[in-house]
Amino acid sequence: MMRRILPHPILAGLLLLLWLVLQQSAGFGHILLGALIAVLASLAANAVLPEPVTLRRPLKLVQLFAIAGLDIVRSNFAVLTVLLSRRPNPTSGFIEMKLELTNRFGLAILACLLTATPGSAWLEYDGERSIVLIHVFDLKDEAEWVATIKKRYESLLLEIFE
Amino acid sequence: MSQAILDWSVLIAQVMLGVGMLATLYRMVVGPRAQDRILALDALYVVGLLLLVTVGIRTGSQIYFELAMLMGLLGFVGTVALAKFLFRGEVIE
Amino acid sequence: MTELPLWLSILVSAGVLLGALLTMAGCVGLARLRDFYLRIHAPTMGTSMGGGLILFASALYFSVTTGRLVIHEAVIFLFVSVTTPVTLMLLARATVFRDRVELRGKEEPITPPPVDRA
Repeated sequence: MMRRILPHPILAGLLLLLWLVLQQSAGFGHILLGALIAVLASLAANAVLPEPVTLRRPLKLVQLFAIAGLDIVRSNFAVLTVLLSRRPNPTSGFIEMKLELTNRFGLAILACLLTATPGSAWLEYDGERSIVLIHVFDLKDEAEWVATIKKRYESLLLEIFE
Repeated sequence: MSQAILDWSVLIAQVMLGVGMLATLYRMVVGPRAQDRILALDALYVVGLLLLVTVGIRTGSQIYFELAMLMGLLGFVGTVALAKFLFRGEVIE
Repeated sequence: MTELPLWLSILVSAGVLLGALLTMAGCVGLARLRDFYLRIHAPTMGTSMGGGLILFASALYFSVTTGRLVIHEAVIFLFVSVTTPVTLMLLARATVFRDRVELRGKEEPITPPPVDRA
């Protein structure tokens, strides 16, 4: 019964929070209206999200975002120094790497984090062979990149989702 | 005194963002391919949004926030629609 | 209007200036870099840290001047930081797709060749 009304509790909770932040108020009316909208929206999302999101280790998400935030800051300055040079000519390149992660939400998070980092961009994922094509802005050592992504991101995502 | 510091730095930031907008406009006009123009348009939207936020700080008014938010929404939908076209082939360049 | 505290104006100024610098560098990079796969990295500077700093400065400024917590800038940041990777990935995939279509039957690849699986 609960599942019928609230198929995606995490999504609904986040939507309610978003609504309250947007309204800048936590009054009773806003909570009521926000909850109604969140439930309706999560019901609508049921059509496109067939499987419910399950987080095995939700707290690890915080760690993941902290690591990603740090990497994004570092990458911003790295790209900035390249761009400020007289002739920006980084040695960019493509990386193909095999992922053990197969959970769709985990892959989506990994894709967004890698693309949000200025130094790397997720181009394409081949689901059959579970190989991802990544473009790196300043590629010095391909093996190091693969190892970094595996160690810093994939292992955490595997813990969270699988 | 501190108001002056703030005013000046916001002004400088706005000039920098304006330069950024010009750069994206250049890329949008020059291309050379359709995906370059769409990429530039997306960047232009984001810089415009940030410029609105700085205008909000400058005037001390929160109205610009709503505008910035709308801009983000419309920019996203527009760029996705344009990017979808690229998959169809048949793009006139 | 009452005088702003000095620490606030310095913090807000620093955030806005650094954010604008990063965003501008990204946009100028967009104009200067030589091929599409390089250019795709440039706008993320504005949407990740550049935008984040400007929006944080704005949230801080309004929180102090109005005397209550103003965090709706976080909504814009969340929205921009989620949507930009999505559009960039879509554009990148479209470009990979189009490059493969165009490269078929050509000897010299124009861009570093994405691995052809077609």
